[in-house]
Amino acid sequence: MRHIISLLMENEAGALSRVAGLFSARGYNIESLTVAPTEDQTMSRMTIVTSGSDEVIEQINKQLNKLVDVVTVMDLTDGVHIERELMLVKVRALGDAREELKRISDIFEGRIIDVSDRTYTIELTGAGSKLDNFLQAIDHNLILETVRTGASGIGCGERILKL
Amino acid sequence: MELTGAEITIRCLQEEGVEYIFGYPGGAVLFIYDELFKQEQVKHVLVRHEQAAVHAADGYARSTDKVGVALVTSGPGVTNAVTGIATAYMDSIPLVVISGQVPTSYIGEDAFQEVDAVGITRPCVKHNFLVKDAKDIASTLKKAFYLAKSGRPGPVLVDIPKDVSQQKVAYSYPAAVNIRSYNPQVHGDVDLIKRAAQLLLDAKRPMVYAGGGVILSDASKQLTELVRLLGVPCTNTLMGLGGYPATDKQFVGMLGMHGTYEANLGMQNCDVLLAVGARFDDRVIGNVSHFNSVPRKIIHIDIDPASISKRVKVDVPIVGDVAHVLSDLLAVLHSSKQKPDAAVLKDWWKQIDEWRGANSMSYRNSSEVIKPQYVIETLHKITHGDAFVTSDVGQHQMWTAQYYKFDQPRRWINSGGLGTMGFGLPAAMGVQLAHPGATVACVTGEGSIQMNIQELSTCKQFRLPIKVIALNNRYLGMVRQWQEFFHGNRYSQSYMDALPDFVKLAEAYGHVGILVEKPSDVEGALKEAFARKNELVFLDFRTDSTENVYPMVPGGKGLSEVILAEDL
Repeated sequence: MRHIISLLMENEAGALSRVAGLFSARGYNIESLTVAPTEDQTMSRMTIVTSGSDEVIEQINKQLNKLVDVVTVMDLTDGVHIERELMLVKVRALGDAREELKRISDIFEGRIIDVSDRTYTIELTGAGSKLDNFLQAIDHNLILETVRTGASGIGCGERILKL
Repeated sequence: MELTGAEITIRCLQEEGVEYIFGYPGGAVLFIYDELFKQEQVKHVLVRHEQAAVHAADGYARSTDKVGVALVTSGPGVTNAVTGIATAYMDSIPLVVISGQVPTSYIGEDAFQEVDAVGITRPCVKHNFLVKDAKDIASTLKKAFYLAKSGRPGPVLVDIPKDVSQQKVAYSYPAAVNIRSYNPQVHGDVDLIKRAAQLLLDAKRPMVYAGGGVILSDASKQLTELVRLLGVPCTNTLMGLGGYPATDKQFVGMLGMHGTYEANLGMQNCDVLLAVGARFDDRVIGNVSHFNSVPRKIIHIDIDPASISKRVKVDVPIVGDVAHVLSDLLAVLHSSKQKPDAAVLKDWWKQIDEWRGANSMSYRNSSEVIKPQYVIETLHKITHGDAFVTSDVGQHQMWTAQYYKFDQPRRWINSGGLGTMGFGLPAAMGVQLAHPGATVACVTGEGSIQMNIQELSTCKQFRLPIKVIALNNRYLGMVRQWQEFFHGNRYSQSYMDALPDFVKLAEAYGHVGILVEKPSDVEGALKEAFARKNELVFLDFRTDSTENVYPMVPGGKGLSEVILAEDL
């Protein structure tokens, strides 16, 4: 089953490689991994999307907690949470397609952030599935490049990941 | 007061009360060696290969309750040390390894003797540090010692670039250490401990299975008291030997791949299992689904939450330091009105004794050829079971575990997790330095000893009167055994031709060598060797090359699917 795990870790050189190394050394899956410093500059927050049996996920949580640089870990999937991902898509925008792409982008609440006479670059935010759906909705042959950040997640209401 | 990074490094070691540091000098650590030279408190032991420095520090740590310390240079110094570090990591041994690094301005330029030490050791250390400023050396070393020893112990590497060891900064040694992301749980959950006590009291076929955590936590006193109070059978893992006295009648021997029949069948058939500082390793429980095919309640005490429910689902998980949890469990049992049911236990012991009757550790001695088991039994007799015994890896290791009855903790020093050939002799050096007057034996094979034979030179320099007991069967015996059992007797590369004359070799290093070829000479040779109190004696026992280690639970099989000697 797919799990989204959030963690706070010391904002130190090598901390990211400890987490990445743990996943490869123990054969765990990583679907995506995002990391950036938090409002407290000494800490970074990481969101890992992974999958595995309940036993594997339990081990992943324990092994992450065991890393000395990791301050605290929360499996967001254990409760109500929101996840968002940002995607930038560059598409070939010529003739009739120009209007059609704009229309679909609006439906998905996308924004066109760069325009040239032959291309559009569209910015989209949402759950991963929404971004997938957008790519399904437009003509595949028009896609020039895509870049996705991977999911960031946060618990709802009083579910707060803090030191 | 301003000091250089190198001075600070040595000051920190002094502050930590480090008695011995095992190492090998080189370019990146010259300033640190210069400071070592100027003082006498921290004694340096010059090894002949960095792997041995780490194993020696490891042996020192295992035989005491202290942190072992090693010092190596950058590049090949560190890469040579990696096997030692990984060995300590797998067995949770507290070490601080200090490595030199090229100057900070050279890092990343593929400089001479540069290697990414932090990167290379990351998967086999508890934690590691690259110190980029001399002002961080003291706090980093303080953390390193704390991390190594607390919680689940393990090796910590501190990488110090050469310019940092030269840099002058103000020095003060921190009195305390606080790592916000690291708070190992020492005391177990009270409710879970009560549940554990109830399960044990209500059990019909209870069993205690104790591992290296008992040794590391210095909890053998509590374990022994608990097992006797409950009146239950107790088995130890390879790492746990000595945690419960092996000559006690409630001890059913080591379990696992080469464990006794009664320990393995007890483990398989018990209804309540108390696992203490052990991790259900593949060499211990064999095939997991076979092990799980029998219903039983499992109570697991371990300081590392990640060790609990890793391979086997646990009913009562108790995270905490083994000594503390066992003390609390004993208190609950003492205050409970309910006592263990003697009648129920009697039936269980009847079953255990029936399995014991299989006599799985018996072997047929010979007057023609030296049986390795006989050498170990005689070693036990001659040393009155009171020696520190290190081993290498292979058949000789299993025979020592089986036939040397360890009654005390920290006497049996071997590489259990990583299975590192070449561990025994350097580890024995660390043990002998930690216990100068004690009897130290290194049981080895002609294969393993050659992996760190150069340390005979270190032993000479530091006058370490270790007794090397080489069970020389001219084969990589454990490999040969597997080839006999599972590869149609095709002894691919397991026969060692052109072996050195070990007696002459020992003599070349300035030691005494004794060749023993007849069973009738075994006892006399051992007596002679141990009578030479101040000399290293290398005993070359020419043992039966066809002998196998029994019983054996083949890899991937269940604990009851055991091969006994008599089956063949």
